[in-house]
Amino acid sequence: MGFFLETLLGGLMTGMLYSLVALGFVLIFKASGVFNFAQGAMVLLAALAMARFSEWFPQWLGFDNKLLGNVLAFVAALAMMVVVAWLVEKLVLGKLVNQEGITLLMATLGIAYFMDGAGQTLFGSDIYKIDVGLPKDPLFLFDKVFEGGVLVNKEDLYAAAIAATLVALLSLFFQKTATGRALRAVADDHQAAQSIGIPLNRIWVIVWSVAGFVALVAGIIWGSKLGVQFSLSLVALKALPVVILGGLTSVPGAIIGGLIIGMGEKLSEVYIGSQIGGGIEIWFGYVLVLFVLLVRPQGLFGEKIIDRV
Amino acid sequence: MLYRENGQFKTSYQADQQVFPIAQDRIGIWLLVAFAAIGVPLLADEYLFRAILIPFLILSLAALGLNILVGYCGQISLGTGAFMAVGAYAAYNFMVRIDGMPVLAALLLGGVCATVVGVLFGIPSLRIKGLYLAVATLAAQFFVDWAFLRIKWFTNNSSSGSVSVANLNVFGIPIDTPQAKYLFCLGFLVVFALAAKNLVRSHIGREWMAIRDMDVAASVIGIRPVYAKLSAFAVSSFIVGVAGALWGFVHLGSWEPAAFSIDRSFQLLFMIIIGGLGSIMGSFFGAAFIVMLPVFLNQVLPLLGGMVGVNIDTATIAHTELMIFGALIVFFLIVEPHGLARLWSIGKEKLRLWPFPH
Repeated sequence: MGFFLETLLGGLMTGMLYSLVALGFVLIFKASGVFNFAQGAMVLLAALAMARFSEWFPQWLGFDNKLLGNVLAFVAALAMMVVVAWLVEKLVLGKLVNQEGITLLMATLGIAYFMDGAGQTLFGSDIYKIDVGLPKDPLFLFDKVFEGGVLVNKEDLYAAAIAATLVALLSLFFQKTATGRALRAVADDHQAAQSIGIPLNRIWVIVWSVAGFVALVAGIIWGSKLGVQFSLSLVALKALPVVILGGLTSVPGAIIGGLIIGMGEKLSEVYIGSQIGGGIEIWFGYVLVLFVLLVRPQGLFGEKIIDRV
Repeated sequence: MLYRENGQFKTSYQADQQVFPIAQDRIGIWLLVAFAAIGVPLLADEYLFRAILIPFLILSLAALGLNILVGYCGQISLGTGAFMAVGAYAAYNFMVRIDGMPVLAALLLGGVCATVVGVLFGIPSLRIKGLYLAVATLAAQFFVDWAFLRIKWFTNNSSSGSVSVANLNVFGIPIDTPQAKYLFCLGFLVVFALAAKNLVRSHIGREWMAIRDMDVAASVIGIRPVYAKLSAFAVSSFIVGVAGALWGFVHLGSWEPAAFSIDRSFQLLFMIIIGGLGSIMGSFFGAAFIVMLPVFLNQVLPLLGGMVGVNIDTATIAHTELMIFGALIVFFLIVEPHGLARLWSIGKEKLRLWPFPH
């Protein structure tokens, strides 16, 4: 029982991290109908910037304070992501208005290649550390209930808390602010939004910036867990089934999808994987999604797809 | 002046419906095939065969198969690499497990196995559409990658899933020199391209296109979506499977599942999008572009660096390659979203009217 709970909790934490990346996908898809394959590359780029800036700023400015360095690096990385968002809108998406979904998808793949190359050229391609002071020591829960208790990584707990806060903030932003209302209006209907005076281009820059911010947070958490390296951009592939499971247009869907897949992955790896050769984590999420889609083609929380002739 | 169809009157239905209705096109394509079959083997050196020509032929075959599914039937697939892998490993198993199996038969049977897997993973397409389908096909990619890595039976109990074939020969002719390999692949490509071109002109091709343009409307006028979608998956996976088998047998010789990873799927999708969706010709253009671009960049970048006096190390070259590759893809999508094939046909239209503008 203790072991089961441990696996379950571990899965839920990982799931929370998946949904952090998945959020970026959902935000951009909601606001512009673009399925952003570059989300993984954005996570890598943001994490690289964060790692290197926090290393460089103390050297350039000649101080020795980790907190100040991290804060400065965070601000600089965030500024960079905003510039990236502006460039993407200006140079790519603005020129591809009204193209088909697949063309836009391919364009974001092109952007992903470019970001991977540019990020590693600018910031180097070794493995870098991000140290924002997340505690690494393990924590034992319920040690009164079971013998030995349940082992939880404290770092994971913090990460999950940060992710939850971020989701709450984003929901508030979407529901309560004027910009959030404009974003939802654009998501509903581009033309109608434009006709009542919402500037599409600015909205796209904002939404890509927000996605950049989410990527930065995801990059910091993943990066302090695994180290910042090229393989970080592959977390996007883990987040894809999460997005699809929850539904491409649903923020809560991304969270719940992440939890389901994170949990299912770990449990199936431990209980089924050991019998059929292991390593089934790689495809479990995708196959699960395949079966869910057969029943609900729009994902669990997506808007119902209605065909009109 | 030379490219005119004036005076070429069609006197039979057969003449009216041929693949290349203009005589200059027919002559051109015969010359091209003749040059590819006779001229190229005499002129090209071994590096050219290995690095460009053979990959180009095999990947254009795979792109052709994918284009049938994505370009003609409108079902986005990100699992092409998986179907190639199935073709390659199935063909390998037929070769190893059955004594005296002819190479040709093994390759085609590999294609048949890929067809079965393709149809299986195509079944969700009956309910799932668009981007959701694209992600669902990734399930095929990851599952197949895993299966060939972990299930030892498929790889004849070799460790890490790496297998190899040697001593290929077809009807007693050994396929060991680059020239022989090239001609072997060329033969496959010509036959399949001709078959595909005729297939998409037939009633089944028209069904695919109707489904692509609007599936509800197509089913209203009496096209069975199940049959049309699954047949597109079947034909596409067969061609892709044969291409995968060729990639393993002829190009690589020995391979492991990583040769058919998700990057391969993306690469093929790039080919057909840059080349032109829904165009047989486009598959060739796209394959040529994607195969040659990295080779070209690899040669040119150090030269450029040398000119401005900067010594570029290999890591920087690799990253710059990625950047230029990404930027070019975006550039092409913006300039001509319908791909190189569209540019080609615009060029031909202009040529027919030349020197007049209209």
